[in-house]
Amino acid sequence: MPQRKEAHSVERSTSEPVGKSVRRADAYDKVTGIATYTDDLQFGPGLYHARLVRSPHAHALIKRIDTSKALQVPGVKAVVTGKDAPEIVGMYLVDRPVLAGERVRYVGDPVAGVIATSEEIAEQAVQLVRVEYEPLPAVLDTEDALAPGAPLLHPNLGEYKVANFIFPEPGTNISEHFKLRRGDVDSAWPQCAAIVEGTFRLPQIQHVPLETHVSVALWEASEQVTLWTSTQSPHAQRDLIAQSLNIPHGNLRVVSPYVGGGFGGKAGVTMEACAVVLARAVTGHPVKLRMTREEEFVGTTMRQSLLARTKIGCDAEGNLLAMETAYYFGGGAYNDYGVNIARAAGYSCTGPYNIPNVKGDSYSVYTNLPIGGPMRGFGMPEIHWGIEQIMDQLAEKIGMSPAEFRRRNCVKSNDTILTGMKIPPIDLVTCIDKVADAVRLGEKEQPSAPHKRRGKGLAIMWKAPAMPPNPGSSAIVRFNEDATVIVEIGAQELGQGAFTVAAQMAAHALGVPYEWVRVVSPIDTKYSPYEWQTVASRVTWSMGNAVKAAAEDARRQILEIVGAYWGQDPSDLDIKGGKVISYKTEEEQPLQNMVIYGLPNENFEGWQGGPVIGRGSFMPTYVTNLDFDTGQGPRAVVHYTVGAQAVDLEIDTETGQVDILKIASAYDVGKAINPDLVMAQIEGGAVHGISSAFESLRFDEKGQPLNRNLVDYRIATAVDVPGEIGGYFVETPLEDGPWGARGVGEHVMVPTAPAIANAIYNAIGVRFSDLPLSAERIYLALNP
Amino acid sequence: MMSMHTIKVTVNGAAETLSVPSHMTLLQMLRDRLALTGTKNGCSAGECGACTVLMNGEPVNSCMVLAVEADGAEVLTVEGLADDGHLTALQQAFVDHNAVQCGFCTPGMLISAHALLHRNPHPSGDDVKEALTGNLCRCTGYLRIVEAVQDAAEKGGA
Repeated sequence: MPQRKEAHSVERSTSEPVGKSVRRADAYDKVTGIATYTDDLQFGPGLYHARLVRSPHAHALIKRIDTSKALQVPGVKAVVTGKDAPEIVGMYLVDRPVLAGERVRYVGDPVAGVIATSEEIAEQAVQLVRVEYEPLPAVLDTEDALAPGAPLLHPNLGEYKVANFIFPEPGTNISEHFKLRRGDVDSAWPQCAAIVEGTFRLPQIQHVPLETHVSVALWEASEQVTLWTSTQSPHAQRDLIAQSLNIPHGNLRVVSPYVGGGFGGKAGVTMEACAVVLARAVTGHPVKLRMTREEEFVGTTMRQSLLARTKIGCDAEGNLLAMETAYYFGGGAYNDYGVNIARAAGYSCTGPYNIPNVKGDSYSVYTNLPIGGPMRGFGMPEIHWGIEQIMDQLAEKIGMSPAEFRRRNCVKSNDTILTGMKIPPIDLVTCIDKVADAVRLGEKEQPSAPHKRRGKGLAIMWKAPAMPPNPGSSAIVRFNEDATVIVEIGAQELGQGAFTVAAQMAAHALGVPYEWVRVVSPIDTKYSPYEWQTVASRVTWSMGNAVKAAAEDARRQILEIVGAYWGQDPSDLDIKGGKVISYKTEEEQPLQNMVIYGLPNENFEGWQGGPVIGRGSFMPTYVTNLDFDTGQGPRAVVHYTVGAQAVDLEIDTETGQVDILKIASAYDVGKAINPDLVMAQIEGGAVHGISSAFESLRFDEKGQPLNRNLVDYRIATAVDVPGEIGGYFVETPLEDGPWGARGVGEHVMVPTAPAIANAIYNAIGVRFSDLPLSAERIYLALNP
Repeated sequence: MMSMHTIKVTVNGAAETLSVPSHMTLLQMLRDRLALTGTKNGCSAGECGACTVLMNGEPVNSCMVLAVEADGAEVLTVEGLADDGHLTALQQAFVDHNAVQCGFCTPGMLISAHALLHRNPHPSGDDVKEALTGNLCRCTGYLRIVEAVQDAAEKGGA
């Protein structure tokens, strides 16, 4: 297992590149300023700019909109309101108006858009759009939203189009209710030697990609529509926007260059449909809609809040016996994507543990707050916050070490898990061992000063890609005359390294050096093969399978051509270092030219072959829907990635400041296609996870956001980095992963916050059941 | 009415004469007038550092500087670092250490680090962290960036 320093030395010689830390495909462009992002695209003087009119109320009816003054501003080209754009859009539950028509449901809900010749003019005109509202009682708290008689945010919830595995409860604010029933919890509680119960709360937080959302849309007179946009989901946007706006799919082209950070915030459709309906009003002119940093904080999507009520029990030997839990996700104003987060939290509600008796309910709940949506971890950081603290408490109660308690109870290869499916091979125990050793868990160490307290904590995790049952990937492999390789994919490069691993896998499967391969960018639905979305840590696995299949298809064609040329059986041939070789005769045939022009017969009496094009696709076909009443079914998900994290920290009792001395992480990635990029994810995720424990969007009692900028909403800076970040990976091959690989991009921040909480308890004996943590809260807990 | 001003500014070694409105920022001037889009706009408020450029050798948030303030100044952007396609030691170190992920903070990071190495050729890890606190990154966790800057320092500076 490569340690970080070994993984660090970037290989120069890169035949058979899978498993080697080759240089990132995008690194040169990104350090020279060449790399192009959506806002960098040049559209010339015909470009218009748009700004949105946003609701100042958390909940209100729109009575009247007067656009006349705005339209008089010189340079204003059009003002579009919900009357002009009555369409609704959504991923799993179609509940979100592109522009609010009759009702606004959060402060920031877009009610109109102004298009002008400059951003400044559009902004001026936005101030002149008069909107008359009739305020309604707002529901900001999840529990209030669930109370009988609570104002309904979506009175027509029962009429929305919804995926057949999502179950809203019309007449309430519940947009999804997932039920998990296994065994009999009531008869299990009396068998328990220890029971711990807790209520845990997490606030809404924001992704904070460095690049805010930006889209440019062009609606041409011919009804061709092009959307240039920063997105994780070019193909899903084509499908969802085409459906919503009744555009033939073939007329809608989504182009997406490099993305400046996503973390889930640029998945599905957020503000992009707005850009398209605005462009519809000014046919022939591209319209740019760019979120300001303030808008990014309220007008895109947020990680949902969570209220968790969880009770877990074990016997005297430390065997988990029963768990009862209710998860209430605060989904904000629209839950079109968030409903599936509640579902994912439901079918994974135990965390990575074998518990024979489980009663779990997971809800997504409408509130008059910004839109909840996917964020790195997709419900898992939220539910593990409580689970992992309770596991520590149970271990303490029965006198077992936290690591031993987890080793005993954690899921292991081929176990039948809570939904009734067998979990594909994984090795969580080794992950626990790695991180426990790395921080010397259980060994008390001296703090660096008398007024400081030192503590260590552990947390483990699991996460499955949360998707519809049938998300597909596809890839095309073709050649230039010099045998360099063009790989076409629909998966997006968000920084995680998708293009690099795609090139590695294509090169490896073909038998050419890594440096010969280029991945086509930008992703363009007009040319790029289909990819569902770059989400769910699914791309290395799913796209990887498609790329491998495409490269193998091309390889088969090449071997057939050369086999015919040499009069040999293709099964005796191989491709190594960009040459076809014969194991039988030791002949060699370079790929140059023959991959385009084929090879001549003897004496040039005709030719063999022709341009080689490999195609590959992959779609899991084995996932089943689950029983509505019990959440049971043969195959809930494709697979799980598991891992562990341990933290060694110090608390300053005079200030409450937390100083993370060391964080160690270990994940079972199946196969590290690029070990150093896996480490880069593990390290970046650890810091993202630490930061997330201290982050919170705050609102006043009317739902007005209080910290929508980077000064009041702080994210980790360079000085917040832990003294040491240890990364380890374990490689238990996934049966249907390319070379055994499974994803790791999201998992790396799932256990971080509870590992910190467990370490804080270890240091000062205080438990925090709510996030965010802060120096102030810790100080006050120490000095009541 | 907005008034226009004629300014002379040297950007990445090239002398430019531009007519700019009073309220145009240096960032807008670089991106919209000179098509130097390597410098990124992350917040327009001086909070994220993605738009960092050197003005007369000092790192500034170009979103917080007016174009007219750059009259007579020498400006260096990320596009001006590499020499005829050859990466600087710092750029090469960012590549070698995988200190780049989404890349949106990278231009500003490089410029801030470049300035640091000019005023302090052998910075400690804490010196580097301190110098980069104004440059936010959500992807990398900063560690590799700090290591890359120190590696570049060892290999002969910016």
